[in-house]
Amino acid sequence: MAGFMSRRDLTLFVGFAAIVLLLPILAAPFGAAYPDLLQRFMIFGIFALGFNILFGLTGYLSFGHAAFFGVGSYAAMWSFKLLSLNALPAIIFAVAIAGVFALVIGYVSLRRSGIYFSILTLAFAQMCYSLAYSVLTPITNGETGLRMASSDPRVLDRLFFDAPAGVPVPSLFGMSLSGWNGFYFSAVFLLATFLLAMRITNSPFGMMLKGIKSNQNRMNYTGFNTRPYTLTAFVISGMLAGLAGALLVVTDPLAGAERMQWTASGEVVLMTILGGVGTLVGPVIGAWLIKYFENIFSSFNDNVLSSFFSFLPDGAREVAVTIAGKFVGEGWHLSLGLLFVLIVVFLPGGIMEGARRIGARFGRPRNGSRVGRQRELSPTAAE
Amino acid sequence: MFDVLFLQFLNGLDKGSAYALIALGLTLVFGTLGVVNFAHGALFMIGAFCAVAFRQLLTLETVTVDPEKLSPWGAPVEIRAPLVQAWFGDFGAVLVNYSVPISLLLAVPVMLAIGIGMERGLIKYFYKRPHAEQILVTFGLAIVLGEIIKATFGPNPIPQPMPTDLRGAADIGAWLGMQPGVITYPLWRLVYFLFSLGVIAAVFAFLQFTTFGMVVRAGMADRETVGALGINIDRRFTIMFGIAAVVAGMAGVMYTPLLPPNYTIGMDFLVISFVVVVVGGMGSLPGAVAAGFLLGILQSFASMHQLKAFFPGIDQVIIYLVAVIILLVRPRGLLGRRGVMEA
Repeated sequence: MAGFMSRRDLTLFVGFAAIVLLLPILAAPFGAAYPDLLQRFMIFGIFALGFNILFGLTGYLSFGHAAFFGVGSYAAMWSFKLLSLNALPAIIFAVAIAGVFALVIGYVSLRRSGIYFSILTLAFAQMCYSLAYSVLTPITNGETGLRMASSDPRVLDRLFFDAPAGVPVPSLFGMSLSGWNGFYFSAVFLLATFLLAMRITNSPFGMMLKGIKSNQNRMNYTGFNTRPYTLTAFVISGMLAGLAGALLVVTDPLAGAERMQWTASGEVVLMTILGGVGTLVGPVIGAWLIKYFENIFSSFNDNVLSSFFSFLPDGAREVAVTIAGKFVGEGWHLSLGLLFVLIVVFLPGGIMEGARRIGARFGRPRNGSRVGRQRELSPTAAE
Repeated sequence: MFDVLFLQFLNGLDKGSAYALIALGLTLVFGTLGVVNFAHGALFMIGAFCAVAFRQLLTLETVTVDPEKLSPWGAPVEIRAPLVQAWFGDFGAVLVNYSVPISLLLAVPVMLAIGIGMERGLIKYFYKRPHAEQILVTFGLAIVLGEIIKATFGPNPIPQPMPTDLRGAADIGAWLGMQPGVITYPLWRLVYFLFSLGVIAAVFAFLQFTTFGMVVRAGMADRETVGALGINIDRRFTIMFGIAAVVAGMAGVMYTPLLPPNYTIGMDFLVISFVVVVVGGMGSLPGAVAAGFLLGILQSFASMHQLKAFFPGIDQVIIYLVAVIILLVRPRGLLGRRGVMEA
């Protein structure tokens, strides 16, 4: 293993793997230890890690990553419908299709950088979204969303056995993927993605990407053609978004266009920023926190709130419930937007930056070889 | 054939006007402050909801129960009396009828205050920060503003009636000496187009013919030198941000009869307006206006059913296709100056 990764990375990976695999136990005190939510933790962790390979390493801020997520969802669903209920071909198919989309969109968008790039990716994503809603209805089933039906062809499955009765559900070589099986299935992919992100960060390719982030002009003058590198990063990150989209379909067999909307693109940006742009574990932490609070906050209603504020006198309690009610339940996105603004204003480096600041204040001064120091780049964008 | 094309051209004008007005504001902010404002669409939306709020205020009613009559199935009959009509009589009825144009009076100060507040309260702190963070903070702000509107007015579109006098259609064909009744155009769209022309002309005249505008133009060209001459350029740029907000807000107010506003209307228009700015050339005011009308008209042509028979969905993607082609062929946009955001 020594040649494969440094000892520090090995420690980080083993620690991360232990936390992920023990999550069903670790999340229990927070009331989050049920497979559906934890599976979302895994899926959006992959999404954020993939996004971070682009934004964190190269500084190119894409506002259209939800498009690849949605494309992955649709592709996986079509694989379930046409080929087989097995999850593996669906995932491979979804990743490939998302990769093709990323190649095309990236090829055009990466001709510009900075703000132009963000605008272009946003425009492409909105184009995919409006197409999925209108003209492509035969493929995407428009507003209703795409579902499996027992009458689907599923050619590969029919070769070997008869169509099962009832509503079809995805499986893995006959093993059910509901409940904890589904969680561990996604967890394996999260760990693989984490390993990939780690390898990329430390590879010469990753160094090149970081060079592009800190000064693209200088990279060009040094004689590197930077475009193939950024395009590769874009495609990898698009494919990981497709993977996440496919995994979400495995959990929740419904592919809808709203997963491609700009709010979804904004959410993954927020996850990455909240955790810490350019760090390895940051995006995963950000994704987990947001999915956790989304789950908690959006389940709140006025009854829960009034029992929460029960220590207040009657009048004050009503005021408190009314005000807090705007931020939870349906209004969860308002809290999300506020959080977004606050993080960007006060802590652009995210939680990882905050942890480092706290660590620097209380810890004894150490030399530069601390874990993560070299990985944590200041979040500056490509100029 | 000519009349069909001419009709599509006219149909593109009103959407083009909205794009042009939003893109104009975006370009003003970018040209002066160097910030790409992802919250600009939210300003359009807030303008639209100024009209909604104004109408809701005007149509406040007193509800009393009729003491004598009962409805056929025995329920008490409610008597609704709009307060405005109770106070002002017929003049009140006129007020309600013309609520959309009149709410411009409300929208202008509100938008100016919101614009200046936004710049002083938040965006000011981001001039020295990287572009990515400017985008992110304005994007977050756009979410917050949209959600506030959603919490206040609900998630559903709220239709705004246009004044009854402007409800019909103008027989433009007859005006131009063609056969009457062939080319008719809804009056309100005509009003919107003329209104936006007026606003655009006012903004250009303000920049071109006033001392304030001259200083702002000088500041756009070379901010530091203007500052070194002892002029408080920051304050003028702040006011320009307010003006950009007012332009977006007025565009939103007048658009409400054409499209019932809901909290997503801002982002829907913003994405296309970004494309408009990219096509027109970042930082070029005439470019933004020209590209706004151009893309609006193109979109209208693309939605002709003759064309859609060949390319289904062309009306959904035409704008993005044009943007891609422009970017590949002429990266700085139609009228963009050399060196502005050309990376």
